[in-house]
Amino acid sequence: MKYLDEFNDPALARSLFEQIDAAATKSWAIMEVCGGQTHSIIRNGIDQLLTDRVELIHGPGCPVCVTPLEMIDRALAIAARPNVLFTSFGDMLRVPGSRDDLFSVKAKGGDVRVVYSPLDAVNLAQEHPDKEVVFFGVGFETTAPANAMAVFQARERGLQNFSMLVSHVLVPPAIEALMTSPTSRVQGFLAAGHVCTVMGTRQYEPLAERYAVPIVVTGFEPLDVLDGIRRCVLQLEAGSSEVENAYPRAVRAEGNQPAQEMLARVFETCDRQWRGIGMIPMSGWRLKSEFAAFDAERRFDVGELSVSEPVRCRAGDVLQGVLKPDQCECFGKECTPRTPMGATMVSSEGACAAYFQYRRLDPPAAVRRG
Amino acid sequence: MGHGGGGQLSAELVQHLFLPAFGEAARTATPTDAHVLELGNGVRLAFSTDTYVVRPLFFPGGNIGELAVYGTVNDLAMRGAQPLALSTGFVLEEGLEMDVLGRIATSMGVAALNAGVQLVTGDTKVVERGHGDGVYINTAGIGLLPDGVDIRPERARPGDVVIVSGEIGLHGIAVLSLREGLEFGTELRSDTAPLNHLVAAMLAACADIHVLRDPTRGGLAASLCEIAETAQVGIEFEERSLPVPEAVRAACGFLGLDPIHVANEGKLVAFVAPDHADQVLAAMAATDVGSRSTVIGRVVEGHAGVVVARTGFGSTRIVDRPLGEQLPRIC
Repeated sequence: MKYLDEFNDPALARSLFEQIDAAATKSWAIMEVCGGQTHSIIRNGIDQLLTDRVELIHGPGCPVCVTPLEMIDRALAIAARPNVLFTSFGDMLRVPGSRDDLFSVKAKGGDVRVVYSPLDAVNLAQEHPDKEVVFFGVGFETTAPANAMAVFQARERGLQNFSMLVSHVLVPPAIEALMTSPTSRVQGFLAAGHVCTVMGTRQYEPLAERYAVPIVVTGFEPLDVLDGIRRCVLQLEAGSSEVENAYPRAVRAEGNQPAQEMLARVFETCDRQWRGIGMIPMSGWRLKSEFAAFDAERRFDVGELSVSEPVRCRAGDVLQGVLKPDQCECFGKECTPRTPMGATMVSSEGACAAYFQYRRLDPPAAVRRG
Repeated sequence: MGHGGGGQLSAELVQHLFLPAFGEAARTATPTDAHVLELGNGVRLAFSTDTYVVRPLFFPGGNIGELAVYGTVNDLAMRGAQPLALSTGFVLEEGLEMDVLGRIATSMGVAALNAGVQLVTGDTKVVERGHGDGVYINTAGIGLLPDGVDIRPERARPGDVVIVSGEIGLHGIAVLSLREGLEFGTELRSDTAPLNHLVAAMLAACADIHVLRDPTRGGLAASLCEIAETAQVGIEFEERSLPVPEAVRAACGFLGLDPIHVANEGKLVAFVAPDHADQVLAAMAATDVGSRSTVIGRVVEGHAGVVVARTGFGSTRIVDRPLGEQLPRIC
């Protein structure tokens, strides 16, 4: 596995920086959709080394960050039940709910376990027939196929004690919501490479056309990101708005078809709340009615949940690219990874966490408005 | 749980709970690896203790017993001390197989011989089934400090050269991959080893080593941050000069971890004056455990208390110690 060095090569990076500099004759605002890309950008200082004419706006593609507070509170309520073995990806454990997080539920005696795959949760259900095993199924299209497979497998194995708390979100409706938002300054998109590995690139074509915006499918290593930016700038300068694949080693136009078939069997689209952003129509997946028996929302009645978000948290503005994390007055003061006000400060893909981790000593970024 | 992960939360627990609670009784306590006791007539003893909670008990390249011996030996060595004697305390979970305990004890004996230290006293307790992960081990040790040696984090100063004694991240990834049943193509083995012989070789080359640290839990990042904070100096290193094995890099990329946050065993990071760097590096490279020693960075004027990494692209970023436990990410 040599790829990591190759996609970090300083000489190639310098050449790409120069090409972007030469190509950009005007100022452009490009949004990287995925939080993984945001971290790569901040960690490697790509935005600092880039010409001032290209501004990177950090997008909403952090699954942990956009999982609605109501769903986090629901997860906390379920995980605290005595007979429940609650499983989740590690990222979710520190996400603040209205009062608590999964870590504190665990510290108070709740059986909360980190798994690396939802199928591990299915196996746990098989090994612990006396327990209700619940998996927290969050994420974009990237993680959805494995989650769909887990539910499918649980049914195949006839497991009565497995269920999933589903809070899946979809990228294309989010792009649409951003393009129709009056505050959006986005002129081009770096689409999330791994989402397109699953879903392909075709569903982005109507968006590029309708909003006359270039969409470049982009990877996550520093050189991937730079190449995505370069292609996006070239399109913007040429006035074109195509869907372009800058991540061909992982993405095909048609995507991963067996994965899509599994998704279509298990999930159906639904309206979904995005934490900090609000309701986006048809922007989520939920279990189809034939899998209702595996729906943790139905299985566990947690009563009325009263959710409360810290008033001063501006995670929603950060997620929509309206505000850079270090422009928030709470950043690094009341709000740190230890004392997070919003999920963007704790997720490994959250923009606030990236700024805190890698550059909290920099002077606040100048407010740049186009 | 995060309070035991060796990150920021562990340090805060000591600062804000234990030290204030111990009060006057902990007046002379040092938060470093080992405390140095002055016994008069120039005799100085280093004293240290550590408790080992490892799951699984056996992992590629080592086991909990070996860790328990080498860990305390290395804590002593990080003050420049040569270990004299170790105590061993066991907390056994009811139902632990005698054969397993026997294998652990045997490897402790071998490890002690390797390190040249005697196991001189011990204690055993048994807890009910379900109240432990098989076996927990505590070791405490004393060691003798050679004359003229003064190694502690406060001595890091601008200009110092930062050397690591080999590849980083092996132990953490080896344990993690076994614990979670992950495989990464190549088998990764933990780098568990005693460091006192390496330290002796370094001190023979130059008695004036400023700082030594073994970057165990919290990884290299935690050690560098701790030194930068304690000495109130800035530390800068080149990201591309870090010796990260390909398999560790691949595993970290996959799990969303940073190799500088991953635990090491049998590795040390040394701070030496620039004039002594070459001779110390040569002495390290001539040993088995230090054969891959390399310079990674420097202590700098400015950004006191902060560690900064210089990326291959020429940009810089802050390096933090991990907050608590490392959490694998979603996608």
